[in-house]
Amino acid sequence: MENFTPFASAIGGLLIGLSAAILLLFHGRIAGISGIFAGVIEPRAGEFGWRATFLGGLLVGGALMFALTPELYAVTIERSLAVVAVAGVLVGVGTRLGSGCTSGHGVCGMARLSTRSLMATISFMATGALTVFIINHLLGGSL
Amino acid sequence: MKQLIVFIAGVLFAVGLAISGMTQPSKVVGFLDFFGNWDPSLAFVMGAAMLPNIVLFRFIMRRGQPLLAPKFHLSKRKEIDWRIIVGGGLFGVGWGLAGYCPGPGITSLASAQAPAIVFVASMAAGMWLFSLMGKFAPSTEKEVVFHGLKK
Repeated sequence: MENFTPFASAIGGLLIGLSAAILLLFHGRIAGISGIFAGVIEPRAGEFGWRATFLGGLLVGGALMFALTPELYAVTIERSLAVVAVAGVLVGVGTRLGSGCTSGHGVCGMARLSTRSLMATISFMATGALTVFIINHLLGGSL
Repeated sequence: MKQLIVFIAGVLFAVGLAISGMTQPSKVVGFLDFFGNWDPSLAFVMGAAMLPNIVLFRFIMRRGQPLLAPKFHLSKRKEIDWRIIVGGGLFGVGWGLAGYCPGPGITSLASAQAPAIVFVASMAAGMWLFSLMGKFAPSTEKEVVFHGLKK
C-alpha cells in the first residue's frame, strides 16, 4: 500500500461530487461522462450544446492540471496500444449497453440510491478486478 | 450564464479527477488489484464524490426545477436486466485493461499521450459500433423527464 493517497483522493473526489451537484442544481443533468461523450459524437437536436461545453471544461481543466503537475498523468502500466484500443472499444460498447460508467452509475446513480446503478457498479468492479488479477498475477503484469 | 456554469462544472470535474489520481492508470490498476499490492485510494475518490451527494441531491431534487433549466432529466428506469450486468461487465474489462474510464481518458487528452488518445478514439468507435448493432440498444433509451420530488 505504499502508493496510498487517501487525502488527495478524497479532496479530488469532493470536487467531482461538487461538479455533479452543480450540474444537477443549475442544469438538471446527471454528470455521467460516457453519456455526455456519446451525446457529442452522436448528436441529437437540443442535446449537443451543453455536453460539448462540459467536455470543453474537462479538457481545459485537464490542460490546467497538466500545466501545473504533469506527473498526475503518468502512464506507468505496461500495455501495448493495441490492448488500449481493445479496452477503449470495450468501454465504448459496455457503457452504452449498460447505460453508464464510473461517474453516471458509480457516483451519481449510487448517490441517488439506484439499485440499477449499484448492480452496474458491482459488475464493472468485479470484471475490472478479474481483468487486473489475470494481467498482474497470471500474465506477469504487462500486456 | 448556464453555459458558463456547465463549463465550470466540467473544469472542476477534471481537476478533481487529476488530483484524486484517476488520471494515472497505475492508480486505477492498483485499486483493482485486490489480491496484490492493493491501493485503496480510489475507494476514497468514490466515497468522497458520492456520499455527500446522497444528501445534496435530495435537497436539489426537492426544488420543482433546476435553477437555470426547465426540468430535471433523470433516468427513472429500475429494471435489472442483462444489459446493465453485461454492459457494466464489458466496461469493467476495458477499465482494467487500460486503467482509464471515460472521464479520466478524456481529461488525459490534455497530456497528448498516445494511450489516452488511442483510448478515447477507440471508445468513440465502440459507441458507434454499438449504435450500428441497434437491436441491442436499451429498450427504453429515452430518459424520463422528472419534475422534482413531490413536496
